[in-house]
Amino acid sequence: MLTGIGVQAAPFVPGADSEVLERLPEKTSPQLRQLKAMRAMVARDPNDLAQVAALARRYIEAARSEGDPRYLGYAEAVMKPWWKQPDGPTAALVLRATLRQSSHDFDAALADLDRVLRREPRNAQARLTRATVLTVQGRYAQARSDCEALPGAAPQVYATLCSAAIDSLTGKADEALRALDAAMSARGVDAGARAWGQTLLGEIGQRRDDASAEPRFREALRGDPNDPYLVGAFSDWLLDHERPREVVTLIPADTRIDPLLLRRALALTMLRSDDAPAAVDALRARVLASRARGDTVHQREEARYALALNGDPAMALELARRNFAVQREPADVRVLAEAALAARDAAGMREVREWLANTGLQYAAVERMLAAGAGGRAAR
Amino acid sequence: MRRFIVCALFLLSCSAFAHKPSDSYLTLDVAGTSVSGQWDIALRDLDFALGLDANQDGEITWGEVKAKQAAIESYALTRLAVAQGSSPCPSQVRERLIDRHSDGAYIVLRFDAQCATSASELRVTYGLFFDLDPQHKGLLQIQSAAGNRAGVFSAERPTQSFVLGDVSRRQQFTEYLREGVVHIWTGFDHMLFLLALLLPSVLVRPGAGRAGAWKPASSFRQVGWDVLKVVTAFTLAHSITLSLATLGVLSLPARLVDSLVAASVIVAALNNVMPVFREGRWLLAFLFGLVHGFGFATVLVDLGLPRPTLLLALVGFNAGVELGQLAIVLVFLPVAFGLRATTVYRRVVLYGGSGVIGVLAGWWLIQRAFNLA
Repeated sequence: MLTGIGVQAAPFVPGADSEVLERLPEKTSPQLRQLKAMRAMVARDPNDLAQVAALARRYIEAARSEGDPRYLGYAEAVMKPWWKQPDGPTAALVLRATLRQSSHDFDAALADLDRVLRREPRNAQARLTRATVLTVQGRYAQARSDCEALPGAAPQVYATLCSAAIDSLTGKADEALRALDAAMSARGVDAGARAWGQTLLGEIGQRRDDASAEPRFREALRGDPNDPYLVGAFSDWLLDHERPREVVTLIPADTRIDPLLLRRALALTMLRSDDAPAAVDALRARVLASRARGDTVHQREEARYALALNGDPAMALELARRNFAVQREPADVRVLAEAALAARDAAGMREVREWLANTGLQYAAVERMLAAGAGGRAAR
Repeated sequence: MRRFIVCALFLLSCSAFAHKPSDSYLTLDVAGTSVSGQWDIALRDLDFALGLDANQDGEITWGEVKAKQAAIESYALTRLAVAQGSSPCPSQVRERLIDRHSDGAYIVLRFDAQCATSASELRVTYGLFFDLDPQHKGLLQIQSAAGNRAGVFSAERPTQSFVLGDVSRRQQFTEYLREGVVHIWTGFDHMLFLLALLLPSVLVRPGAGRAGAWKPASSFRQVGWDVLKVVTAFTLAHSITLSLATLGVLSLPARLVDSLVAASVIVAALNNVMPVFREGRWLLAFLFGLVHGFGFATVLVDLGLPRPTLLLALVGFNAGVELGQLAIVLVFLPVAFGLRATTVYRRVVLYGGSGVIGVLAGWWLIQRAFNLA
């Protein structure tokens, strides 16, 4: 199975010394060039926590903006003096929690955050991060109480966004939309909060099949046209509305970000484009590489690949199930519903139905799948 | 106001919304003691570690890679250790190429590693980039007669062993057998000791006392019996100590063993000129054979001893020593038997040869006892 991963057929000797082999991300990003200088400073004094923490935060931001997990590894490496300390300095614990949740080690991340919040109940970053981890796990009541502890520790808009995000997943999408609209129209909202709020608005619109989703996504993209998460979320909306051509223009052919490659491959396949097989092959190579290295953080995307591009509903269901055991965001629910519907798996469908009933999640596309599943069963 | 890590807000954008992480691809092709490898390492990762982009323009050119070639190779190879059993296989880069993987350009290092012995187990220690990026992984594929194996190296699991299969157990036995033969042929001290003991086998000294003259032995049967006694005694003795030393039951300091081996050769040579052990040379062979066994053990231990197949190695090596010895006897005996009646044999070969052997061994003794290189 491993044959052909990475080890490709024809290594070569480049023809000329001037031949460009690789373009580094810092070519187009002055922020990344700054990181080099910061790294040199940290190398001189690797035990200066303030300096190291600043660099680690920048690496984590770069991981997000570039969609490149290498930066998470770099952050972990500079955190080394504190990485194994069970009860290290607060700043180190918060950063470690952020990195641990990135690799889906949610329990370890929560343990770090619990420790920080026992020490400093008003640590806003720890509250926000814990609320996010709990939300991803579907532990909404606990997440909500973290959001409610935010006012006073962080700007009000963060508390609003934090609560609205949970409302939108627990049957109160209308309230969430109103609160978010009000928060976004206020003055002095920082860029991070604005991007978060607009993305939330777009996603809520998407789940409700609301026409307002498109302008919301477009506005968010004006803020950061290359944000991988945002591009992915908008692409999903476009695919749902059978507008694959726009996805192809939104995501460049040479994207190295796997989930975006997935959406591009889905769009090309929908278009029956001649470029589709190449994109599917590239994606297959990535999936195999990820399996070879033993990663499980991509199971949601892998399930979509298995279902829509590899025609393997059984495998897709297995992946979607395993993924849902770890994380329970709307996208995870949806993948499980899609896979269960394709595999005609009653247990999977029941799990989705119960989740919606218990949480109050409003997701039009998933509800249609449940109806189709029930209809299919009735017909048989 | 403090900046918040936005990543924590869009949780998945930090994990699932991502490139392929940093991996390298290592293929090892094992054939006996030779390992040929191919190692694909991302230029991006090498740039982070070594700074390939010399002019800092955000682009890595072939010229920039070539300028850092030596640094790249030593950086990589010092972070990879391949061993068969416990004997390391030093490696050397044979070819440098470039390949394009789905996530960017990689340098392709093709290298050869030569192991001292082959073993049933390949042990690989991988330490590339773990200090800079603990999430880096090394994806390994091993091809051998036993089939293909795959492994993943991570910061938590940098060392892994791979069973190369039963085929190499036989190979390994042959390997140690060969080493045993090579050792007895190239280890002049053992060979000369044996020769010194065998030189008088084709002769008899009928009269008692030192003045008695050497006479050619009458029958091949008589000669054969004498040779058999000497060789068997030597074999038995060195097998005992070789086994005890290899199994760790007994040990002697290497310098003492080497000195005693040299001394044994002197005694054997002197005994031909001024016989003390006349018909009892087998006893001499046995006593000093014990010392030679310790010498063989040092060699065997230096070759590396895989724990699970220790016995196999021991038996193989010992059998090799005996085979090598037998070959010497088979060549020596007919020639000596044919020449036994000549004065040349008695004067030149026996006395002259023993004298030369004695002087040579005396020099070894001085070297070894006083640790002169």
